[in-house]
Amino acid sequence: MALSDEEDLDIKKYLRGENKGLKAVKDKKLRGQLTVREELYSQSAKAAAKVEKWLLPSEGGYLETEGLEKSWRIKQENIVHEVDILSSRKAFDIVLPDLGPYVLDYTSNGHYMLVGGRRGHLAMMDVMSMNLIKEFQVRETIRDVKFLHNDQFFAAAQKKYSYIYNKVGTEIHCLKENLFPLSLQFLQNYFLLVSINKYGQLLYQDTTTGEIVGHHRTGLGRCDVMNANPFNSVIALGHNSGKVTLWKPTSANPLVKMLCHHGPIAALAFHNNGHLMATAGMDHKIKLWDLRKFEAVHTFKGHAKTLDFSQRGLLAMASGSLIKIWRDDSGNSDYQLYMSHRMLKGYQVGEVRFRPYEDVLGFGHSTGISSILVPGSGEPNFDTFVANPFETSKQRREKEVHALLDKLQPEMIMMDQTKIGGLKSGSRAEEGKSKEGREAEMDAALAAAKGEKRKKKTKGRSKPSKIEKKKKETVIKAKRPFIEERVKEEEKRKKQKVSEMQLPLALQRFARSS
Amino acid sequence: MKVKVISRSAEEFTRERSQDLQRVFRNFDPKLHAQEKAVEYARALNAAKLEKIFAKPFLGAMDGHVDAISCMAKNPNYLKGIFSGSMDGDIRLWDISSRSTVQQFVGHKGAVRGLAASTDGSILVSCGNDCTVRLWSIPGPKIADLDDASENASNPLAVYVSKNAFRAVDHQWDGNLFATVGAQVDIWDHSRSEPVTSFAWGSDTVVSVRFNPAHKDILATSASDRSITLYDLRMALPSKKIVMQTRTNAIAWNPREPMNFSLANEDCNCYSYDMRNMEQAKCVHRDHVSAVMDIDYSPTGREFVTGSYDRTVRIFQYNAGHSREIYHTKRMQRVFCVKFSCDASYVISGSDDTNLRLWKAKASEQLGVLLPRERKKQEYLDAVKERFKHLPEVKRIVRHRHLPKPIYKAASLRRTMADAEKKKEERKRAHSAPGTVVTVPLRKRRIVSEIE
Repeated sequence: MALSDEEDLDIKKYLRGENKGLKAVKDKKLRGQLTVREELYSQSAKAAAKVEKWLLPSEGGYLETEGLEKSWRIKQENIVHEVDILSSRKAFDIVLPDLGPYVLDYTSNGHYMLVGGRRGHLAMMDVMSMNLIKEFQVRETIRDVKFLHNDQFFAAAQKKYSYIYNKVGTEIHCLKENLFPLSLQFLQNYFLLVSINKYGQLLYQDTTTGEIVGHHRTGLGRCDVMNANPFNSVIALGHNSGKVTLWKPTSANPLVKMLCHHGPIAALAFHNNGHLMATAGMDHKIKLWDLRKFEAVHTFKGHAKTLDFSQRGLLAMASGSLIKIWRDDSGNSDYQLYMSHRMLKGYQVGEVRFRPYEDVLGFGHSTGISSILVPGSGEPNFDTFVANPFETSKQRREKEVHALLDKLQPEMIMMDQTKIGGLKSGSRAEEGKSKEGREAEMDAALAAAKGEKRKKKTKGRSKPSKIEKKKKETVIKAKRPFIEERVKEEEKRKKQKVSEMQLPLALQRFARSS
Repeated sequence: MKVKVISRSAEEFTRERSQDLQRVFRNFDPKLHAQEKAVEYARALNAAKLEKIFAKPFLGAMDGHVDAISCMAKNPNYLKGIFSGSMDGDIRLWDISSRSTVQQFVGHKGAVRGLAASTDGSILVSCGNDCTVRLWSIPGPKIADLDDASENASNPLAVYVSKNAFRAVDHQWDGNLFATVGAQVDIWDHSRSEPVTSFAWGSDTVVSVRFNPAHKDILATSASDRSITLYDLRMALPSKKIVMQTRTNAIAWNPREPMNFSLANEDCNCYSYDMRNMEQAKCVHRDHVSAVMDIDYSPTGREFVTGSYDRTVRIFQYNAGHSREIYHTKRMQRVFCVKFSCDASYVISGSDDTNLRLWKAKASEQLGVLLPRERKKQEYLDAVKERFKHLPEVKRIVRHRHLPKPIYKAASLRRTMADAEKKKEERKRAHSAPGTVVTVPLRKRRIVSEIE
């Protein structure tokens, strides 16, 4: 019984939403087609659930305690000691005391790591084989580093401009559009590099064409807390006023402004499912938000300088030299402490990042970079066509071409991604009927009519009285169609009422229309 | 304490030898495929655009006749050959792959009006305005492949003379009979010089005839008195007749649903009927702007091709009200005959300008052998296009066709007229007592009477 329930759950996951029922579809032919389509959907969902149950090659990691043991008391050394040799190599400490503090980033397949030291140190590592690929000095402040669509290119936010380098460390571009960038984000499907600068200006730049897609002034001052929602590519900014604003490239105003904390926002992160956001404020609070309702689901006490969600929904946070990892056991964002790790006193952790498809948490701190093992954080089964940790150069090239062909347009970034490819609810006629819309239209028409410039005419036709008369006429003319429409609608409504009264045909005309 | 972390050994996830295929792992979890719907939409849009870019349907013209082409026939037994007859009495066998004449059949004095090949591919029947029916032997594929056999004239096996001119001929499927029409419907046997049976119903000329592909004794004809008649050879009298408002120029049976047939009508429309219920058409196929001259089904039975007096060829789905494709060139004049090739991938049209033209049935299809990966990719793209076909952007690109100016204008004029009529009808209904104005659907409207 339990097994079949589990399977049902999986099927539900793959169905991607419920069938709304086809009874409302009046067209028989269409209904037939849709029924066939639904049948196919359910078949493929079942097949996918079976694949998940039987055919996936790897299993996720776990940390199980025995007796009175507490998982957060387990030391990293013990874990490293217990796991196999290959995995134990993934936990390391690299001490670089001179050029820190460090920031880091992983490629989407988790194969490469990029580290940037505040005092100009850039290095790229193959974390699978633990080889250093390239290391160089830019002799300038580095504030953030980000990989672009694959390991071949990366961007670094430096003192005055952002730069794009390739894998061997050659400077490819200097992006001079956004001065003094503080933080960077790359939107995979859209090929957009997003940067926020010291003046609170948000810039979207297309990395395929170099075009500036959006340039917005937030007007909320200096801002260096930025993250992208992986579900819909909406950018979130955390401001000093305690506000979090959500942005898309095509609108100059934020999609959403929410007051999250009474004090500056220190960090924010998004869960993979797209509707859970974690924010940390200077007000000694960490909050979890449901973005469907814009409500705080949970509020915890604590400081965090940086936050990150793993692929399986673990939440890592760090303040000072203490790193805490929280886990949601029940599935309804009821987060509880799962693991903790303390660095040497005096170390300041700058940024935590879960490594995709591995049970590893990497972090940059004031004296170098480290990584620890976090069992159960990464997705055990990768999809070759999404992100492949064992990618060959040929596969990488092919994927790049396909990604460029499937590049999405910046207009497609919106809060509810499922709307893409759907139909507008309500017919066009209904839409036209909304009262406010019609009034706005009328006002616009009237304004246009009033603003019309008249020609100067001779022979007394430009007399003030005539001009006044003409003006009135144009206004009336502009108003007329709207009024007529309204009258027509009213008549229709009256008629409907009469027919509702169900009078015999002959008597209907005598029905009082009120 | 029990601990396990993800640990993948490279041997398990990569290929062993360089000759092996790369290993592919799939995980269909929706969480990993963020924004998949948007990506699919982008793919559909790109596929629609690429389809437009690759749409080059015209493959070539087959030049040789000196007068307008009046009729064509497929050889059901041989894919590459097609027969064509022209208004000057010339009959030619063409090799489609080399686009050249293989053989000429000389004999007719006037226009050839009908051509048909027997199902076994041995005998070609032709008839014409010179009141003769001629039987020809069809050369085997080997002779047809020889290039030097062109301009090689053959003599008819038999010539049967009648009193009246003939308008069309069709051969029975799997049998020895064929039917000619003109002043009456005559059923002939290969080996007899006189008709086996003759039918007449009304006095007007019969203009087209087609045997049912599933039941060899049933045939349908259309006549100048605007009628469509069904005959059963086992009975002495015709079985069913309907009269429409305008004449039907050609008939084609649906090979997959052999109780259904489609008509090419003078009133610019095609009508699909079910032979068991002829009270109303199953579907009206509108789009042509002038009389439809010929119609032929694809062997799949899912679509048919029509040729029209408006100098275009259109391809319709068997159940769609509007065409999915229109073919035209500057030089193609009025189209008198069209045929779908026996493998459903080509369309051949014969027109007033003495040329046969060869078109692809799917304008953007890649010819030749497709690799399995290419085929799968194509199938996927077709599926996403199908999925998003109702979205305005995709729809606009997929639907767009360039039309010659006269046809564009004629179509918009016809649309205006239809709209006006509709509006008038609506007003009439609005201002009369409910129920007094009855609208007859277009499927019924064009039928004048039905006679059993």
